Amino acid sequence: MSSLVQLTSSIKKEEESSENRIDSPAAIIAAHSHSSGDLSPSDLDSIRDKLSQSQGKQYWRSLEELANTSAFQELLHREFPSQASEWNDPAGRRRFLKLMGASLALAGLTACTRQPTETIAPYVRQPEQMVPGQPLYYATAMELGGSATGLLVESHEGRPTKVEGNPGHPASLGATDLFAQASVLSLYDPDRSQTLTRIGEITAWSAFLGAIRPIIAAQTGLQGAGLRILTETVTSPTLADQLRKLLAAFPRAKWHQYDAAGRVNASEGARLAFGQYVNTIYQFDKADVVLSLDADFLSCGPGHLRYSRDFISRRRLQDGKTEMNRLYVVESEMTNTGAKADNRLALRPSEIEVFARAVAAPLGVQMGSNAQLLNDRIAKWSDAIVRDLKQHAGRSIVIAGDYQPPVVHALAHAMNGALGNVGKTVIYTDAVEARAENQIQSITELAQDLDSGQIDLLLILGGNPVYNAPADLNFAERIRQAKLRVHLSLYKDETSELCQWHIPQAHYLESWGDTRAYDGTVSVIQPLIAPLYRGKTAYEVLAAFSDQPERTSYDIIRDYWMANRGSGNRVSPVPASGATDATGQPPRAGQVPAPAAAPAGQSATPGPASADFEQFWRRALHDGVIPNTQMPPKTISVAANWAAQAPSTQSGVSQDAPLEICFRPDPTIYDGRFANNGWLQELPKPITKLTWDNAVMISPATAASRGLESNVGSLGGLIAADQVVLSFKDRSILAPILIMPGHADGCATVYLGYGRRSAGRVGSDQGYNAYAIRTTDAQWSGTGLQISKTGDKVDLAVTQLQHMIDTEQLRDRDLVRSGKIDDYKHDPTLYPAHGHGTPEKHEGDHTPSLYPEYEYTGYKWGMTIDINACVGCNACVVSCQAENNIPVVGKEQVSRGREMHWLRVDSYFKGSPENPETYFQPVPCMHCENAPCEVVCPVAATVHSSEGLNDMVYNRCVGTRYCSNNCPYKVRRFNFLLYQDWDTPGFKLMRNPDVTVRSRGVMEKCTYCVQRISRARIQAEKEDRAIRDGEVKTACQAVCPTEAIIFGDINDSGSRVAKLKAEPRNYGLLAELNTRPRTTYLGAVRNPNPELE
Amino acid sequence: MGQIFHRSTNFLARVTIFGAVFFIAALLWLIGGYNRSTYNTQANVPREQPVQFSHKHHVGDEGIDCRYCHTSVENAAFAGIPPTKTCMNCHSQIFANSPYLEPVRESWRTDKPIKWTRVHDLPDFVYFNHSIHVKKGVGCATCHGRVDQMPLTYQAESLQMEWCLQCHRNPAQFVRPREKVFDMEWQHPSNQAEEGARLVQEYKIRAPNVLTSCNTCHR
Repeated sequence: MSSLVQLTSSIKKEEESSENRIDSPAAIIAAHSHSSGDLSPSDLDSIRDKLSQSQGKQYWRSLEELANTSAFQELLHREFPSQASEWNDPAGRRRFLKLMGASLALAGLTACTRQPTETIAPYVRQPEQMVPGQPLYYATAMELGGSATGLLVESHEGRPTKVEGNPGHPASLGATDLFAQASVLSLYDPDRSQTLTRIGEITAWSAFLGAIRPIIAAQTGLQGAGLRILTETVTSPTLADQLRKLLAAFPRAKWHQYDAAGRVNASEGARLAFGQYVNTIYQFDKADVVLSLDADFLSCGPGHLRYSRDFISRRRLQDGKTEMNRLYVVESEMTNTGAKADNRLALRPSEIEVFARAVAAPLGVQMGSNAQLLNDRIAKWSDAIVRDLKQHAGRSIVIAGDYQPPVVHALAHAMNGALGNVGKTVIYTDAVEARAENQIQSITELAQDLDSGQIDLLLILGGNPVYNAPADLNFAERIRQAKLRVHLSLYKDETSELCQWHIPQAHYLESWGDTRAYDGTVSVIQPLIAPLYRGKTAYEVLAAFSDQPERTSYDIIRDYWMANRGSGNRVSPVPASGATDATGQPPRAGQVPAPAAAPAGQSATPGPASADFEQFWRRALHDGVIPNTQMPPKTISVAANWAAQAPSTQSGVSQDAPLEICFRPDPTIYDGRFANNGWLQELPKPITKLTWDNAVMISPATAASRGLESNVGSLGGLIAADQVVLSFKDRSILAPILIMPGHADGCATVYLGYGRRSAGRVGSDQGYNAYAIRTTDAQWSGTGLQISKTGDKVDLAVTQLQHMIDTEQLRDRDLVRSGKIDDYKHDPTLYPAHGHGTPEKHEGDHTPSLYPEYEYTGYKWGMTIDINACVGCNACVVSCQAENNIPVVGKEQVSRGREMHWLRVDSYFKGSPENPETYFQPVPCMHCENAPCEVVCPVAATVHSSEGLNDMVYNRCVGTRYCSNNCPYKVRRFNFLLYQDWDTPGFKLMRNPDVTVRSRGVMEKCTYCVQRISRARIQAEKEDRAIRDGEVKTACQAVCPTEAIIFGDINDSGSRVAKLKAEPRNYGLLAELNTRPRTTYLGAVRNPNPELE
Repeated sequence: MGQIFHRSTNFLARVTIFGAVFFIAALLWLIGGYNRSTYNTQANVPREQPVQFSHKHHVGDEGIDCRYCHTSVENAAFAGIPPTKTCMNCHSQIFANSPYLEPVRESWRTDKPIKWTRVHDLPDFVYFNHSIHVKKGVGCATCHGRVDQMPLTYQAESLQMEWCLQCHRNPAQFVRPREKVFDMEWQHPSNQAEEGARLVQEYKIRAPNVLTSCNTCHR
């Protein structure tokens, strides 16, 4: 039955594609001949059999590989699935020759044209410091979920092109995450809202100011009773100040906050434990043992970049060091943090609280009731972990994830208190948010108020509540009850459609602002470019309600800091919604705010800026942080009776419990706000490698028990996944499933952010909308999910089985080397013990070669990638894309294996599919010494440089693709079609002017960021010196939060890269082929608890 | 059936085969010739400019240094085209009412740039850097010709890759002392070969294999 379904679906696919695809006949044949590649439950049994005989390779990339299905074999054999068999098909060949003839003739003609005449337009008055062609860097910050990352943004003649981390910012230390990297694309997105509209009609900002004037006047009389403001989490001191003043002027107005991926549980957990909202800062660099209760602290949440750096700093095995920390992760879905765990336990969401209580009780945490149904597995794990934690009291961390209920957070706080970690590895401060609150309660209150029909003006500053508010609030209907609705947002989204006024928001790279980092440190957000579409900021919209309605954000921010400098961390809290500020003078009834007192551009400031302030201001802008604004540590202890107030969440653990559901923000498009960002859509999601879609993740066993499958299609990147109906609390959605090794049994994970209706050209109508079944009482998890198969298949583009390195002839060679800490102490090379032959024989450098040796008198560039440090965050992939003008190809092309990323992060599993070890391996070009690609190029388009780089010369390339055929690492990418968008004006501004923009028919690959090497080389030679170690940072290296990627001169024995290459853990990928890769890897070491083996 | 072609037509066949060799050679020669011709490279062809700016007058007659206008030539890849402000430094006083300078004054008044036609236009996949060439003792006149004698600016050399490589393969032929880089009248000494080799060493100019690596100019 399933193969019949697949056959019909593949025929359907053919019909869709045969009209305009050259290679569709081949695809038809392929589809017919490989419809037997299903992964059936019986395969899972054979997987178990194979694993039990631990022969051959230990690592696997997918369940298909593990089961060695015929489809997998075929994919591996054909290497380039969608093109390889084109030649066997007569119709395809004839058509191909015809087209080639035509394109040759055209190519010949176009070669005869001259370059078009270009003009140079110099400045009329050239700004100081501006040297055309030399980039300038400005410090700014990006806020996501109310937490800031400090950035340095590269600007070419006023065009921001690339984001780097700010080394001086505590939450960045020079690293950035994928969202910051991709934000440049959002800035230039042509689908961003470009005009201010009133009921769809384009109008002006002044018209808006005029239109709300009478409403403000009316509200003044009502003390703001009809005024509601909805924002996302606010940490900006200035915005908080504005809101505070606004609430003072309109005492009956209310301010609500709602972030779809907000940290309600963390806030409420702190309140449960301490009786007040506090912020928790973890110091992973001081912790020997870390227990994560579903906390993905390495890839999301405030301070995750800093946490990654600190955490990995305790795992660097260099210079003979053999000590490392230990990480226990208990989680439901497979996260990056779980992949780095030394011991990982997959539990259903409801079991995690049980587990937390099981660990907390022996640590001496007082809980109301300890009666929990413990199963053997939980008991075994909790016993071992308790012993380990007790041994490392004061040097351990228990961290609860944002998706866990408040009680688990409270338990974690109590455990940290009992272990004496507070003040050592766990620091408490006041809440970073301007007003910490229960946001679910806040938005529920707003929804109820809307029902009263008394809301005259609803002001929505950012966010998209119509799309992402809890489904049971029915926000799309209720919002219509507000008489006037104003929405400020980057896109004309689902909420904008239901608001009379839509104000285009300025992107953070276009606006002034301020924000706080995870520890409270304030950064001033400074713009890199004037708003492209006259966007406004939340500051400006709020100013419209003050007596100076036309003030610019610059004035607002600057004036705030002029008045409040030195009190950065002592800003008085904003009163809760509705409360009257005692000091605030409510304005008299009927008072109308005075019109703008000062001309635009230089509004009234509270006094002339002193030279002292000017210095402070310039330093704050230059450094990207305002000094001494981090929150001071707070001495606080868990309330004695907290457990009494905890809601009783007796769930129990039984085998036949109903399915549970987990909601998670999508790893690449977050809560949906990045849906129209092509870079993030096409970025393979960590571990699953899914692109352009979201799927329901379930474990292999759960899938087998319900007869659900996801089959590899003939195109390698295409997975035909079973479509299911997810029914949860009387709501249901259609979604495809994806079987995820390591996922907990008995639950399913759905990802938020997809299924957007009006996200833009890129993001609309992709995936399914999980918000449709997410309710106020089940924000992150819930019980009672029902899954039923529809019988249909959904095509998903997954890159896990693309660009696979074929090791079939090298059966005993593994591409990943790993071992336990004891293995490492015994043999630091981590060379697999079961392999044949001695490691020395295969280590490349000593193998004789028929090709002459290259000599390097100057620099000899090389790279090491530490698999032990890589957390698989994917920021390097997006950074590479931004730096090197890499195009987006779309879902259909990805499914054919044609994505253009120069750097991919392969994930490998080891062990049983129920709970495998996971390893991340970033694979850029290896820049081989004996490069197989160089010798096969008929036009010398890929050649060896004098510094060891494997150069790709685009203007010589004729597109034979022999090189990519001969590359064992599969790192070359071919422009099958014209992927670059040459027409959209915005994208022209975005491109890196130092890197050639490639056209159709050209091969490309990682260049080791040769433009950065050139820049450093020229600079060094002008200063008559050698390039310093660390002066050239490749784009991937620069963003890496854990410094897993190190680049430098191997000829310099003192360089970091040379030292790492001398480490015993260093190994070359497929070194036995004698390609002598210049990019080498450092093996991964785990430190599991022997008791849990 | 008789033969279609008479025996005498063999002559035509021979001529065709033999001639084809010449024909193909001639065609290659023609393409090569066209490719190198100034018709193709546009060398020595003065470009039409919004203002008839004369380097001969400013450099040759007045003796203004190259760097007065091309300010970033020692610091950046791009030598820099002067902002209108630079023109107005003098021309607010001298020739302040000349009709030739109306586009300059208009730019100054309206704050709109003067759009100059690019004379030296390398393909977009070539990344030339002025500052390093100046630092290594490549004179302005070596590539740009005697700009001080050009009433209207033109490209003096072909700017083709083989022309670049002449120097990248053997810089000693062309380098000059650093202090003479901006000297338009400097002549190669008779012992350029030895003097050049000495300067190549002194200025640490990289070996030809480095200078001819593709990534030196292409990225």
